[in-house]
Amino acid sequence: MKKILGRPESMQDVSTIYCPGCGHGIVHRLVCEVIDELGIREKTIAVAPVGCAVLAYQYWKFDTTEAAHGRPPAVATGIKRILPDRIVFTYQGDGDLAAIGTAETVHAANRGENITTIFVNNAVYGMTGGQMAPTTLIGQKTLTTPSGRDPKLAGYPIKISEALAQLDGTTYIERVAVNSPKNILKAKKAIKKAFQVQLENRGFSLVEVLSMCPTAWWVSPEEALKWVEERMLPEFPLGVIKDKVTSNK
Amino acid sequence: MAKRLMMGNEAIGEGAIQAGCRFYAGYPITPQNELTAYMAKRMPEVNGVFIQSESELAAISMLYGASLVGARTMTSSSSPGISLMQEGISYMAGAELPCVIANIQRGGPGLGNISGAQGDYFQATRGGGHGDYRTLVLAPHSVQEMFHLTREAFDLADRYRSPVIILGDGVLGQMMEPMEIQPPKASLAKGGDPESRIQDPAKKDWILDGCQGREPRSIKSLILGENSLEKHNERLAEKYKEMEKEIRYEAVEIEDAQAILVAFGTSARICKEAMHRARKEGLKVGLIRPITLFPFPKEIILENAPRIKGYLTVEMNLGQMVEDVRLAVSGRCPVHFYGRPAGGFPEVEIIIEKIKEILG
Repeated sequence: MKKILGRPESMQDVSTIYCPGCGHGIVHRLVCEVIDELGIREKTIAVAPVGCAVLAYQYWKFDTTEAAHGRPPAVATGIKRILPDRIVFTYQGDGDLAAIGTAETVHAANRGENITTIFVNNAVYGMTGGQMAPTTLIGQKTLTTPSGRDPKLAGYPIKISEALAQLDGTTYIERVAVNSPKNILKAKKAIKKAFQVQLENRGFSLVEVLSMCPTAWWVSPEEALKWVEERMLPEFPLGVIKDKVTSNK
Repeated sequence: MAKRLMMGNEAIGEGAIQAGCRFYAGYPITPQNELTAYMAKRMPEVNGVFIQSESELAAISMLYGASLVGARTMTSSSSPGISLMQEGISYMAGAELPCVIANIQRGGPGLGNISGAQGDYFQATRGGGHGDYRTLVLAPHSVQEMFHLTREAFDLADRYRSPVIILGDGVLGQMMEPMEIQPPKASLAKGGDPESRIQDPAKKDWILDGCQGREPRSIKSLILGENSLEKHNERLAEKYKEMEKEIRYEAVEIEDAQAILVAFGTSARICKEAMHRARKEGLKVGLIRPITLFPFPKEIILENAPRIKGYLTVEMNLGQMVEDVRLAVSGRCPVHFYGRPAGGFPEVEIIIEKIKEILG
């Protein structure tokens, strides 16, 4: 019998702390599959975030460090500048990347650091129990927006990927989702491309992944898939936001 | 060896280069800007990395990254910028990552002013950031010392896998003095690959460099699980105890002294002048100049306490190191204090007056 699917070599054989229906497991797996396919596991150094993925170093079978909240792009900069032939990526949530670490994100991107960022956007702070994220939708109820996010008081869902695309230092930015098999396949393609951009020394690449957080959205895992489709996609449209590689060809 | 005239800030930079530092990240702030500019010019000449970071938060986090792959790393700043770096210093202490941080102190609190001051003694010697940790603190008092203590700091940082603070001030940073540039350490000159940015004399076996041929590693300060963080903290505390081997101080004419001045950095220079004049007047006064502020040279201070009439601690603040002197003395003799904060200099005449008061 031919084995067509198994655990990626880059994934540890352990169970995760993630809630039922959480998207992190899928995104972890896609990253690991891509690293396996590119044959770069032994030269990869990952930077894990503060947030639900804080324990990523327990799930990945490659060298991983753990940064302070918001600082992964600065940490990755230090790593990559010393070891330019290693593959360095950050794995960050919306609070890490687009709130507390906005400056580090913008400036690593603007310097065109040759690193890859996997940006998991689930519109909420999961680990701390469901507070407003910079990407929380208008009207979305969280612990810190109990009547729903009011833009007059709390601003608007930030489209950081579009903002980063304006910077001359960025090479490749795409937004994907992991709420359906079709979207998951597209997400994998984008993640692979982002790593290839780095392998070819083309500069800063980022994939924003819209992901589910049924626990902090107060919905079932199944409803969470629809929540992405019906509520997140109108605010955060999928697709390539910037691609200097293809447009230069 | 021929001497050359150098500025304190630049001497720190050259000391770092000679120690094999190949990664510097920093954010401009007065009065340490000459150091950042020196590294911008010097790093490319030795195949090193210079980054002007977007903030001090980012600078120290860049060091965290470069240090965890094995490079010798340095940043520098002045008081308000060092406050911002406390996040990263705490993380590096927790993750046991070596680095060197120069604080060319200015007046505070807040934005304060840009004059030399010693108001960050508590911050430097008590850990500074959150959590139960300490860092080694070295206090130069001349341009030559800024060079060679920085050169030493990298060895200490690696030996203890810990951040090391160079605690200078705006006066030392800005002053020019003749000094000797000692060559790179023999261990570096011999085996170092000039093309590599990792210039450590000893290969580090804990770094992340890709898991080829070994199990993956992680470097972090997150330590969960029952009692694990407690054990980790206790192990760190043992390391801080071990650092007492590194205690350094300069003792000047203390043998027959009846009053002893205690001062570090710029204050110690002023005290040397006061002591010189007081001795001419026949006053039996000596000086203990702590060079390591943590660990603090408490033994020498304790030893002399029972036989003298009193200590006079002189600082460019309103009384910080004096607490360590009092702890060391443990009530065995009076401990007096004279200090001026925020850019004020202790005056030689007042120091001599106070010595006379102690001697009665």
